[in-house]
Amino acid sequence: MNTRNIGFIYRKELTEWLRDRRTLISTVLVPLLAFPLLMTGISAVAISVIGKAQKEKATIVILGGEDSPKVVEDLRNVKEIEVVPTTPNWKERISNKEIRAAVAIPDGFEASLAKGDVKTVNIYFYEGDIKSGFGADHVEKYFKKYRDDVVKQRLEAKKLPANIIKPFDIKQENVAPPEKVSGAAFGGLIGYMVILLCMTGATYPAIDLTAGEKERGTMETILSSPVSRQDLVLGKFFLVLSAALATATLAVISMGMSFGVLGKFKAFGSSSQGQGLELHIGLKSVVSVFAMALPLAVFFAAVLMTIALFAKTYKEAQSYLVPMTFAVVIPAVASLLPGVELTPKLALIPILNTSLVCKEIVAGTYHWGMIGLIFASSCVYAAAGLFLAVKMFQRESVLFRS
Amino acid sequence: MIEARGLCKTFQDKKRGVIQAVDKVSFTCKPGQIYSLLGANGAGKTTTLRMLATILEPTDGTAVVAGYDVIDHPEKVRANVGFLSTATALYPRLTAQELVEYFGRLNGLDEATLKKRVDDIFHRLEMDSFRDRRCDKLSTGMKQKTSIARTLVHDPPVMIFDEPTLGLDVMTARTIVTFIRECRDRGKTVIFSTHVMSEVEKLCDMVGIIQDGKLLDEGTLPHLREKYGDADLEEIFVKIVGPYHKAEA
Repeated sequence: MNTRNIGFIYRKELTEWLRDRRTLISTVLVPLLAFPLLMTGISAVAISVIGKAQKEKATIVILGGEDSPKVVEDLRNVKEIEVVPTTPNWKERISNKEIRAAVAIPDGFEASLAKGDVKTVNIYFYEGDIKSGFGADHVEKYFKKYRDDVVKQRLEAKKLPANIIKPFDIKQENVAPPEKVSGAAFGGLIGYMVILLCMTGATYPAIDLTAGEKERGTMETILSSPVSRQDLVLGKFFLVLSAALATATLAVISMGMSFGVLGKFKAFGSSSQGQGLELHIGLKSVVSVFAMALPLAVFFAAVLMTIALFAKTYKEAQSYLVPMTFAVVIPAVASLLPGVELTPKLALIPILNTSLVCKEIVAGTYHWGMIGLIFASSCVYAAAGLFLAVKMFQRESVLFRS
Repeated sequence: MIEARGLCKTFQDKKRGVIQAVDKVSFTCKPGQIYSLLGANGAGKTTTLRMLATILEPTDGTAVVAGYDVIDHPEKVRANVGFLSTATALYPRLTAQELVEYFGRLNGLDEATLKKRVDDIFHRLEMDSFRDRRCDKLSTGMKQKTSIARTLVHDPPVMIFDEPTLGLDVMTARTIVTFIRECRDRGKTVIFSTHVMSEVEKLCDMVGIIQDGKLLDEGTLPHLREKYGDADLEEIFVKIVGPYHKAEA
C-alpha cells in the first residue's frame, strides 16, 4: 500500500468532486436546504391550514331537538358554529365537506334531563378532516359545558359541595431531563437521517468514480498508470466516504439549525405543564452518533462502489443502486417503530443496530456493552465491504465488462 | 525493449463460451524501433497491447517490457510505459496541467522534476495557451496533445499506442503520427496497433500481421514485400489474412 499515491488519488478525486455542479447540489445544497425548507414549509402550511380552520365558522346541522328548544337555541348562539337547515342527505354532505358536522339531540332530551334520565347526544363528523373535527369539537365543548352546568345545579339543589364528584386530582409530571425527553421523541429520527444521508451522500460519488469513469473512458487511463489497484480503490473509497460524512454532517447541522429557528415543537406533543417539546441534544450525543455511523458509512461507501463498478454506464449503476435505498430505509424505519428495543441479536443486524443505538444515544442512554458490540460488528461489516471492493477492482471481468 | 513470449488471453462469454482473444503471440520490439501490429477489428491487437501495458493479465505466456516481467512486476512495467489509445480519455474536470501533473506524481516524480518536466512538455507541444483550461473545454486536437503529455511526463522508455488515430481528423492524426516518429527518434521502444495501411507504411520498422488472436507473420516492410511478391501492403495483408477468412467461411 502506497499512502502517497492514495493521497494523490484522493486529492484529485476531491478536486473533481468539488468542481461538479451535480455534486454540490446532491451533497451540499440538498442536505443544507432540505430541512429548513421542509420544516418551515410544513410548519407554515400547517399553521395556515389550522388557523384558517379555527377561524372559520363550522356549519352544522341539528337532527331532532324539536322538543328541546333551549338546547337548540343555545347551539344557534354558539359563535363558532352556524346551524344550517337539515336535509335527509346530511351524511353525504359531511363526507362531501359541504357541512362540517351534525348533532343528534335525542327525543325528549330536556325533559329527560329534568327527570334525571341519561340520554346520549351523538355528534357525527368526518374523521381525518381537520375542519370537520373542529366543528365536532365546538359542539362537544358546548354540550360538556351544558352537562357541567346541569351537574352544578343538581349539587346546589341538594346542597352538596362541588368536590363530591371530584374527591381528588390526578396530575402527570415529567421527571426525565429535557435531553432524554427530546431524545425519546427525535432520537430515532436523527439516527435515521444520519444513516439515510450517509447512504445518499455516498451514492452519487460511488457511481461517478466507478461506472462514471468507465463510461467516460478514464478508467483505462488510470489503470495504465503505475498505481496499484488497491491504492486506486482506497483513494476513491476515501472520497466516497468523505462525501457520505459531509452530507450527513451538513444535514445534521441544518436539522439542528431548523429546530433552533423554529423553537418549540408543540405539534409533536407537549408535557403536562403545557410546555412544548424542545430539541435538546448535546455535542457528546452528536459526536457519539457520528462515531457509531462511521463504520456504517465505510460499509455503505465500499458496498456502493462495489455494486456500481459492475455497471458499464452511469444509468445502469443508478438502476442497481436505487433498490439499495430500500434495503437501508426498511431497517432504519423499523428502528423507529414503537416497542423495537436494542437486544444482543438486533445488535448484529447492520443498519438496524446503528439506528437503534443512535436513538438511545440521543436520549442520553449509553449501554456501553451494546455500543461496543454494535461498533465491532459494524467494523466487521465495513472491513468485509472494503475487502470486497478491493477484490472487485482486481477483476478484469468487472473492470472491462462488455 | 518489448519481448512477448507466447502471450495468450481467453475471455469467458456467457453466450459464446470461451473466447481465445490472443493465441501464443511472440515478437520482439527493440529500442529505437517502431513495431506495428496490423489487423482487422477484433483481431486481438488491443488485447495484446493491454497485456503489454499490464492492464490485462495474460492467461498464458508472458512478456518482458523494459526489463520487467508483466506478470511478476506489473507496476514497474507501467512505470516504464506510456500508454495511449482512443479509449484513454481525460478527466473532464481537471485542467490540462493538473491532469499531466497528476500522472507525473503517480509515476513518482518529485515536485521540482515534475515542474521542469511539465513546463518542458507544454512548451514542446505548444500547450501553454490552454494549460489552465479544463479538459472538457478542450478541442479534439488539444485533448490529444494533453494525452500525449500524460504519456510523456515520466519519460518512459517504452511507448504503446492502441489505434491512436482512430476517429481523429487529418490534422490531429498527423500530430500523433509525428509524435510516434519522435518517440522512435529519441530511442524509445514503440509499438502501435492500427488497421490503417498508410500509417504502417509511413511509420513502422517492423510489421506483425495479426488475425483471430494469432500472429500470422512478421517482418520489415521490404522483407514482407519480397516474401509475398507485392509492393502494396494491403495486397500483402489480404494474402496473409485471406486464407483464414476463407477457412472461417
